Amino acid sequence: MIALIDYKAGNLTSVRKALAAVGADVFTPEEPRELANARGIIVPGVGHFSATHVLNGAWTDAILDRVGNGRPLLGICLGMQWLYETSEEAPELRGLGLFGGCCYRLAGQQGVKIPHVGWNSLEKQRDESIVDGVPDKAQVYFTHSFAAPITSETVAATTHGETFASIVQRGQVAGVQFHPEKSSDVGLQILRNFLATAA
Amino acid sequence: MLAKRIIACLDVRDGQVVKGVNFEGLRSAGDPAELARRYNVEGIDELVILDITATLERRRAMANTIRSVARELFIPLAVGGGIRTQDDAAAAVEAGADKVSLNTAALSDPELITTLANRYGSQAVIVAIDSKQDGARFPVFSRSGTTSAGRDAVEWAREAEARGAGEILLTSIDRDGTKAGFACELTAAVSRAVSIPVIASGGAGGLHDFVDVFTRGAADAALAASIFHYAETSVKALKQYLRENGIPVRL
Repeated sequence: MIALIDYKAGNLTSVRKALAAVGADVFTPEEPRELANARGIIVPGVGHFSATHVLNGAWTDAILDRVGNGRPLLGICLGMQWLYETSEEAPELRGLGLFGGCCYRLAGQQGVKIPHVGWNSLEKQRDESIVDGVPDKAQVYFTHSFAAPITSETVAATTHGETFASIVQRGQVAGVQFHPEKSSDVGLQILRNFLATAA
Repeated sequence: MLAKRIIACLDVRDGQVVKGVNFEGLRSAGDPAELARRYNVEGIDELVILDITATLERRRAMANTIRSVARELFIPLAVGGGIRTQDDAAAAVEAGADKVSLNTAALSDPELITTLANRYGSQAVIVAIDSKQDGARFPVFSRSGTTSAGRDAVEWAREAEARGAGEILLTSIDRDGTKAGFACELTAAVSRAVSIPVIASGGAGGLHDFVDVFTRGAADAALAASIFHYAETSVKALKQYLRENGIPVRL
């Protein structure tokens, strides 16, 4: 069973549908202790970083406990940003801190609109399980204003005015800034790759 | 590089896709799920379902249409037409819409933009603006183009953005269904006034119309219906043409 964490940051219908399409058995835990049954955890989410405040405390402890036991974790969009130390969007809050660095607001400029909405390409930086079978320059669907910095853990980078981390992975923890559930075949492949690590 | 999006619009009435000219004279163009499937295979970037019916009974049928389209498509899906309340929006989202498009309701109750943006995120809220050019002005119309809203498209787009809209769907009533080309002047005026993406709609005819609206019109996305429904232009052929003309697209 894959635990899909619902912290009321956006609607999860599309994520559930895409996970079902790649054969995942998904549940939405009501209590952090239910994560004990999870083979893998997905933290989705769109919207403001402040929405992650409900994940502080017991949820964070339960998620870190599962990760410590070797279970895979995938953050999607805001869920990926939450894997970092913090975000400029809500500097008073802490993220999970599994990846170093602070998420920041993309700087708009002439001809570069923020939010970054639409299909953009993945520039692969290195190979990791999350991008198995995903070709370099594959295009995926983004909708966000804040992004994670490029670090040694960045798997793919994307450029919109400036270059940011669009996929990150270390060990069994991965994050994607775009929406795999809305990124057609490439997105479904990435979800399959995550599921393979949760087998 | 961020691709310019090509969006197919399905105007749905009684479970069937229909299309008219200048918002009138509707004719049938087929089954929504079947068309959606074809466009997806051809590489459409996004779909919009516009409910052009209004009664409660038909609204329920609409949820079934959304469900049948959303079941097998993993690209963004927007739903508009007759979304007046939070409950209407919730029904569309629960059926599988990623975005809802507000038109008349946003004009009469602009607070609804903010309420929905707070609930689902700005990325889920499109404000649709229908405009007819009047000299150098771009007046806004509501109720499917029948009623003057007493607003200017540029000023209304700015307000919609400030209230939390994530995108603007800008339709030229003059060009709707005419295949005379997009209203580039209108589109550029709105697109340059806001920082959120602007989807140009109304008038798509030939392949070069899309090049025009992405360059002269400064559009972020272009929406069309007729030219795709009747298979006059395949999405793939359009995108190849755009790429040859230096427009970044997803292929």
